[in-house]
Amino acid sequence: MSGEASKAISKDVLWGGGRSPFSVSYGKMMMWYFLVSDALTFGGLLIAYAFWRASSVDSWPIGEQVFRALPGLEGEFPLAYVALMTFILIVSSVTMVLAVEAGHRNDRTSVLKWLGLTIIGGFFFLSSQAWEWSHFIHGSGGFFNLSEQVTVVTPNGDNVTLDAGERIYMDHHFGHLMEMHLHDPLGVPLAEGDGHVVLTELGEHPHEAHLHGLKINKYDPGETLIEGDEMMKLWNARSESFSFGAPIPGLGADWGGINHSEYATQQGYSNFFFFITGFHGFHVFSGVIINIVVFLMVLNRVMERRKHYEMVEKVGLYWHFVDLVWVFVFTFFYLI
Amino acid sequence: MERDDLIVNDSYALNAHHSEEEGITIRKKIYLVTVILSVITAVEVGMGVMFKRSETFTWTAIKWTFIILTLFKAGYIVMSFMHLGDERKNLRNAVLVPYFVFIAYLIFIAITEGLAHYDMDLSVH
Repeated sequence: MSGEASKAISKDVLWGGGRSPFSVSYGKMMMWYFLVSDALTFGGLLIAYAFWRASSVDSWPIGEQVFRALPGLEGEFPLAYVALMTFILIVSSVTMVLAVEAGHRNDRTSVLKWLGLTIIGGFFFLSSQAWEWSHFIHGSGGFFNLSEQVTVVTPNGDNVTLDAGERIYMDHHFGHLMEMHLHDPLGVPLAEGDGHVVLTELGEHPHEAHLHGLKINKYDPGETLIEGDEMMKLWNARSESFSFGAPIPGLGADWGGINHSEYATQQGYSNFFFFITGFHGFHVFSGVIINIVVFLMVLNRVMERRKHYEMVEKVGLYWHFVDLVWVFVFTFFYLI
Repeated sequence: MERDDLIVNDSYALNAHHSEEEGITIRKKIYLVTVILSVITAVEVGMGVMFKRSETFTWTAIKWTFIILTLFKAGYIVMSFMHLGDERKNLRNAVLVPYFVFIAYLIFIAITEGLAHYDMDLSVH
C-alpha cells in the first residue's frame, strides 16, 4: 500500500539525506513517537496495577462478579456491558480505518460518512463509560455490616463464620426500599414476620419488596446467596451501619468518598479502576474532539486543497491507539 | 522562517493514494480483520463468564490464553489498522523495539520487586 514505503530504495539514497529515511512525513512520524510514549504510560499504569494486586493480602474483587449489570435490567449478565463497550470501540476503529482508506482514494463523501460514524461510536463509548462509572459509584443494592459474629450454613452444607463488621449484600430491589426506609421509616414501613421481611412503599400505588436472599462475599471467590432461616440469622445480626453507595457530590449531604461504594472492598481496586479507565476515557474524549475538528476540515474542503487526506490518517492512528489501549485494559482489568 | 520539510512531506502523502480496484482489496482485508477481532473478543468474554477462578493449573492456563489472545488482537490493530505492517521496516523497528525493551524491563523489575515485597511481608494494604 502506502506508496513510498513499498518502493525499493537503496540504503545510500534512503539515509543519504534530503528525504525521510522512513518515507513518512514529519507529522506522521511524530504521531508514532507520541503514541509510543503514551503507550509506555498506559503500560506503566497496568504494571503498577498488577504489582498492587499481587502484593495485596486480601482477596481481590472478581471482574465478572463486579461488572454484571445492564442498564434498566434486573438480574446478572457477567461482562455483557463491558463486552458491548469493547465491541463499540472495535467497530468505531473499523469505521476509522475505512475513512483512511476512502481518503487514499480522494473520496470526500465516504471520508465524511465513515469519520462521522466514528465520532458517533466515540460518543456511544463515552456515554457507556459514564453509566459504568455511575453504577460503580452507586452500587446495586447496598450492604449492611454485621454487629456480631455469625455462623451460617451455605446451600452446599458448609459452615461459614462471618466476623462482626463483615459486609452482607442486599439485592437491588430490597436495597432500594431499605434506603428509603432508613430516610423515612413511616413512609416506607418495615414489617417482620415469621421468617420473612417486607418493606412497603406507601403512596398511590404501594409496592412491596420482600427479602428473598442475602449475599455474602459478593465480589470474592466465595460469593454465596443465603436464603431462608440462615438468611434470617444474618438479617437479625445486622448493625445500624447500612451503605448504599456514594451519593453524588453536591446533591447528597453525606458524601463520604468512594469508600461507601459496595465495590470498594479494596481501596486499590477502585483507585486503579477510576484512574486507568478515566485516563483512557480522557483519551477517547480528546480523540472525539480531534475527529470532529478533522471532520470539519474535510467538510470545508481543506484536504482537497492539500490534495491528500493525511490528516485523517494521523488522527486515525490516534484513534486506533485508543482502541489498542482498551484491548489491554479489558483483559487486565475485567478478565484476569 | 520558511519550512523546508513541507514539500517533501506532501510528496510522501500524495504517493499514498490508491485506485478504486486496490481499494476493494484493502476493504476486504479490513472486514476480515474486523471479523477476527470480534471473534477473539467473543471468545474472551465467553471464557471469562464460563471459567471460575481458583489457584489451579486451569486458571493459570486460562490467564495465559487471555494474554496471548490480547497480544493477537493488538498485533492485528497495530499491523493492519494502523498500517505499521505496510510501513518501511526501519520505522517499524524504531517504534516497536524501544517500546518492547522498556516494557520488558518494567515487567521484569515489577516482578522482582513484587516478589521481594511478598517474601518480606512488606504489604501495607
